[in-house]
Amino acid sequence: MMTPQEFGKIVKNPGTIALTALPVLAYSRFSELCLELCKEGGRIVAYFARPQPQGDDLELFAIIARCWEGELLILRCTIGRSFPSLTPLCPQLHLFEREIAETYGVIPTDHPWFKPVRFHRRWRAGSDAWNRGEERPLPGEMNYYQVEGEEVHEVAVGPVHAGVIEPGHFRFQCHGENVMHLEISLGYQHRGVEQLLIGGPHPASIFQLETVAGDTTAGHGSAYCMVLETLAGIAPSPRAEAIRAIALELERLANHVGDIGALAGDVGFLPTASYCGRLRGDYLNLTAEICGSRFSRGLLRPGGVGFDLDEELATRMLQRLVAIEKETRGAIELFFDAPSALARMERIGALSIDDAEALGMVGVAARACGLTRDVRLHYPYGGYIQTYDHCVIEDSGDVFARANIRRREIYKSLHWLKKSLRDLPQGGVRSELPPLAADTLAVAMVEGWRGELVQVGITDRTGKFDRYKIIDPSFHNWSGLALALREQQISDFPLCNKSFNLSYCGFDL
Amino acid sequence: MLSIIRERIRQGHRTAKYPQEAPTLPERFRGRPIIDQEKCPQGCQECLARCPFGALALRNNTLQIDLGRCLFCPECATSCPHGALSFSSDHRLAASQRQDLWTGEKEAQLASALNARMLRLFGRSLKLRQVSAGGCNACEADINVLGTLVFDLGRFGIQIVASPRHADGLLVTGPVTENMRSALLDTYAAVPEPKIVIASGACAITGGPFRNSPEVHNGIGDLLPIDLYIPGCPPHPYTVLDGLLRMLGRL
Repeated sequence: MMTPQEFGKIVKNPGTIALTALPVLAYSRFSELCLELCKEGGRIVAYFARPQPQGDDLELFAIIARCWEGELLILRCTIGRSFPSLTPLCPQLHLFEREIAETYGVIPTDHPWFKPVRFHRRWRAGSDAWNRGEERPLPGEMNYYQVEGEEVHEVAVGPVHAGVIEPGHFRFQCHGENVMHLEISLGYQHRGVEQLLIGGPHPASIFQLETVAGDTTAGHGSAYCMVLETLAGIAPSPRAEAIRAIALELERLANHVGDIGALAGDVGFLPTASYCGRLRGDYLNLTAEICGSRFSRGLLRPGGVGFDLDEELATRMLQRLVAIEKETRGAIELFFDAPSALARMERIGALSIDDAEALGMVGVAARACGLTRDVRLHYPYGGYIQTYDHCVIEDSGDVFARANIRRREIYKSLHWLKKSLRDLPQGGVRSELPPLAADTLAVAMVEGWRGELVQVGITDRTGKFDRYKIIDPSFHNWSGLALALREQQISDFPLCNKSFNLSYCGFDL
Repeated sequence: MLSIIRERIRQGHRTAKYPQEAPTLPERFRGRPIIDQEKCPQGCQECLARCPFGALALRNNTLQIDLGRCLFCPECATSCPHGALSFSSDHRLAASQRQDLWTGEKEAQLASALNARMLRLFGRSLKLRQVSAGGCNACEADINVLGTLVFDLGRFGIQIVASPRHADGLLVTGPVTENMRSALLDTYAAVPEPKIVIASGACAITGGPFRNSPEVHNGIGDLLPIDLYIPGCPPHPYTVLDGLLRMLGRL
């Protein structure tokens, strides 16, 4: 049983808690509580470390979501050079623990899948978790899981792929066409974003957050602004919040429509592939009507938004939206009406709800397995407060489910967007940002188009970032793709991959 | 079948009439920046301090913008107290020389055509291999868009191919992360000679928003010879298309 003195609690999104209000536990107690909370349906939304001001020890933070209570519990402890891994009992921690090991050179003992995550130099002097010496580690250099046998073969793909797509390395263990196991090794896009943010906010920070994952600019940009605003003790005007939510939904629409087009292309259903390819651009152009950029650049700014959406523009956007909606529905329904196309998606790349839950999956991929996970529903923020009351769920967990979630979300999103454009609140759109609170932890969560993205900022005693943690939905979900490929034909990989459409740079940071 | 035909008729013909007709761009689109030197007083450095990437500089006593570093954000223009800085809707930004990306003093020097030998080889058919070397996927996304029916890159004889061995050159995006450096160089080596290299986006030209991160190389300039620079963060698809067509002597 846990006592209220043992953890911190945040019930707002975004929300803060003073570091002094966060008790420092012993690792043994910390791990007990983590496991207990996860067993009761809690979910790890962030799990990261920072160096202590003095000495070699690290401070470990766990942020655990209790979705249906709408609250976040925060646990804190110190760890030394090694600590017993919790992954065997709580698989959703597997990447978090590896990430901490890679960053600081500490070792989660008995981690069952102990490999580097992004292949960068560790952040501090001292020993390396894999004893790789002082040389910079080479990307992709690790022990891959291998299946041996006479008719077994291995297929290695990447980092440079055949399409216009980001780099990543994939290893398939195959028996004929059948995939027994897929291992994904990333890190090629690692730009060191979190390290650049230490000591911030810097003038360049907002631009780096806009491009953590360039297809999720509104998502990551919003989360960053929310962290700063809650630390500064202000809230943007309702009008600014509405414009942010509109940008988020336009981002969702553009990407979902593009993904359905790409899925159609992968199964050879060309009409929808070509219509959706164009329509995706129409949604991007609507974003550009607001801020001049098809990718929301320049729109998200701490304290509000960089551009207003006046009545005349809102009316013009509404008119365009009505026309585009008709064409979007036509293009999508054509695809979902074709038995040959559906047959290519049903029962392909299926993932069970138990696996999805164990891996801590989020967003479209989690909802496709029957998990009700949506930040807009559980932790409503900004323009979604009291305007969002739906969460689309499918249960078959296959390519079809992931496609159908997108289709249904497109229609819901269009409906929400038209309503929002009609009732934009009045007021200003941007206010000055006061200095940030010192020695405080702030959490912001946003439902990006892929799923839940989380940003955590911890300030030092001068109000500068001592640690800034970014968790893209892809961080949780890549393992889901690997698992979904088991016992599938390798030729179905492109289709499965597209149905997840995860971010490489959002994972690599 | 009938429903497919019905939908086909409803969706209509959507390929843009570019380059015969100028593209229609959103009102707030930020293209080539314009500096009104007469309004820009000596000694005022308001905008210089606003750009975290050093895209603005005083050269020969006049304010100039380096399009290679510029992310085309609105900050400098809105901060100018004299109204001397603004962004036009001109999407034509690509240049053949690094120094031609400096803008503000004289007439813009747009990309020129390849030499006669290269034009004979690639002028009617250009195959490119795209390499994302740390890009945020926005440059990549807006290059992918060129394949849609709106732009229909294929009608210009330009195609993105799957293998560097089938390519005439590389179209590189991203600041070149340390983790992608050797993959980029290997891909370059696999392209048969003669070959061209295109740096697309602020990252590939100067490192973009990740400039000076210890994990990136500030673009491909120190690693590969560049034949075409396409500024933007990300460049608009028409900016990319304009650059490619100029390089092939079609504009």
